[in-house]
Amino acid sequence: MRIIAFVMQQTMIFSIPLLVVAMGGMYSERSGVINVGLDGGMIMGAFAGTMFINRMQGTISGQGLLLLALLVAGLTGFLFTIFHAFASINLKANQVISGTAMNMFAPAFAIFSARLVFGTQQVPFRDTFFIRKIPLLGDIPVIGPLLFQNAYITTYIGFLIFFIAWFVIQRTPFGLRLRACGEHPGAADTVGIDVQRMRWAGTLISGFLAGIGGLAFVVPTSTESNATVYGYGFLSLAVMIFGQWRSAKILGAAFFFGLMKTIASAYSAIPGIKELPIPSTVYKMIPYIATLIVLIFMSKRSQAPAAEGIPYEKTGR
Amino acid sequence: MSDSGTNKDQKFRNKPLQVESRSPLPEEELSLPQQARSKGSYSFFASLMAIITGLLVGVMILLFANPSRAGQGLLTILKGGMTGSPTQFGQSIATAIPIIMTGLSVAFAYKSGLFNIGASGQFMVGGVCAVFVAIKGTMIPGSVLWIVCMLAAIAGGAIWGSVPGILKAYFKVNEVITSIMMNYIGMYLVKIIIEQTIYDARYARALNVPVRAEIPTLGLDTAFPGTNLNISLLLCLIFCLIIFVISSRTVFGYELTAVGLNPDASRYAGISSNRTVIIAMVIAGALSGIGGFMMYLGGTGVYMETNEIVALQGFNGIPVALLAMNHPIGVFFTGLFIGQITIGGENLQLFGYSKEIIDMIIAVILYCAAFSLIFKQMLYRIVSSIKKRRQKTRGVGPQGPGRYTPADKKEVSS
Repeated sequence: MRIIAFVMQQTMIFSIPLLVVAMGGMYSERSGVINVGLDGGMIMGAFAGTMFINRMQGTISGQGLLLLALLVAGLTGFLFTIFHAFASINLKANQVISGTAMNMFAPAFAIFSARLVFGTQQVPFRDTFFIRKIPLLGDIPVIGPLLFQNAYITTYIGFLIFFIAWFVIQRTPFGLRLRACGEHPGAADTVGIDVQRMRWAGTLISGFLAGIGGLAFVVPTSTESNATVYGYGFLSLAVMIFGQWRSAKILGAAFFFGLMKTIASAYSAIPGIKELPIPSTVYKMIPYIATLIVLIFMSKRSQAPAAEGIPYEKTGR
Repeated sequence: MSDSGTNKDQKFRNKPLQVESRSPLPEEELSLPQQARSKGSYSFFASLMAIITGLLVGVMILLFANPSRAGQGLLTILKGGMTGSPTQFGQSIATAIPIIMTGLSVAFAYKSGLFNIGASGQFMVGGVCAVFVAIKGTMIPGSVLWIVCMLAAIAGGAIWGSVPGILKAYFKVNEVITSIMMNYIGMYLVKIIIEQTIYDARYARALNVPVRAEIPTLGLDTAFPGTNLNISLLLCLIFCLIIFVISSRTVFGYELTAVGLNPDASRYAGISSNRTVIIAMVIAGALSGIGGFMMYLGGTGVYMETNEIVALQGFNGIPVALLAMNHPIGVFFTGLFIGQITIGGENLQLFGYSKEIIDMIIAVILYCAAFSLIFKQMLYRIVSSIKKRRQKTRGVGPQGPGRYTPADKKEVSS
């Protein structure tokens, strides 16, 4: 039981950033814009968030500080993604190239700014956010140790974001219009939907969530941010594709990928896996291979948005 | 799926249709010969604009970080490796060599309409194959060992490149996604191979490459002391020329361009687009693999590490290719340019700036290059509309420019 709880707690820590960022990616892609720059957005969010914590940890403390930092991280990702949105929507640029540029810019910017402020490329912060046990909820048998012990508030925020994001895209007029712009922008345009505005919205939401995801990744796993999120943005992209651009499947994919990461990083503590003659790196590889296999099997009935990556030309109808 | 949106959508339906403001310029696309004609000067101008924008952002960052030394900083960047010391000059070229190869890889794949973001993975796999053969190939005579290593790198890179190609050809899976996945699979595979076979546990990296496996220097290392310069510079140039000949002087190159421009039309013309796509990716992968070979067998101080970072050289190939507008010979020079400013960035540290400024400049250049093709077409339109307007005032062409109707085009293509 203790081991199951441990694996579950670890998996949460790895899965939640993936979930949040993949949901962001879903917003962008289903509005019709490919955002390869999620990794960059995460790095910017992680950098700004930890910077905020570092500066403010003397004045504010505890969960309130983390909440504010998450907001700062989200806004930073939001602002950062404006460049990608402008290039891919208004200038009709190649979206993959623009996203790659975002990914190259973010770590350089984070290192540069951190050097300017601290002299080193790391941004250190005090981790005062760890929750050993949530009162009452943590005492529930079975569920308590699984979900409400040794956790971070980001876990619950991640779930909250997931449900809000799912509800908005699936159950509101805004979500319907956004999806229409990704599937058939011409049709959306004829019923009076401003395709460009919807795509701006989708892309900026993805930036906001990427920023939050970046900080949600760094805070539980480290006590400093080092201008990298270890390819989590790309892994989130894989989560989104593995989940076939659908919220519920993305949730499942995020936990599968998180579990693989947990096994890879903590395999020596998990009996049964420890004895296998497989290098731990193999488990890190599995998510990417699984995504490739899913892509092959789903290729005939891929649920990718039909118009993703194609700039919308009003005259091109 | 929810229908709750219909009520609100009703509101929009009642809105009067807005009259689209047509841009004064014709929405025509460039035909092939027009494109070819406009290529030279317009491309050069577009790339130049991208570089200038990048440098301007760089100046802004310099001014922000330390205004008093910004001027010196800019000069340092512009000078790059040309500070008079042969070591620095040699270093800038040595830095350029791997990214010329990955740039060539990206450019070649782009010809057939494929975006090879997986150059990093191919680069790393090619590199580890070469290093593996170099260390384990003790029975191979020293005189040909480096060639065998190169062949191993070609094989490794080609296999890594072929996967996105095959998936694209037979399963219609977007090559961008698959090559990103292949980057990470490659990175972890490289880690496993190194840790299981050629691991140097003291430094947590691959063992040193034996001197007898290093690429011949032909005296270049004595001409530029303290650098890893060797004949890979010449090899680079030769590969650029070979790719240039393949892509512009052979039937295969023609097919490649045709598939890139219009896969449906080329299939109609009897070109197997599947075969073309796969071969293009195999060659692109091989080129990146050679880049890895040149990087890790280049001499002292370069090791394959197991730090789970996707090699930057692959991503740096993208701006190299785009600045050259995917021209194989142009890639050689844009690669040298990126190498120059990278060394400029190293020198920037003397003035208390951090070298990441260069990475930001490259990112901005890449960002501008993302829409420089559009920029190029816009330039062309402006220039051609001015020309046409002049003709119009002389009474030629009452219809004005851009009266192609899309309908004509459809008849031709279907």
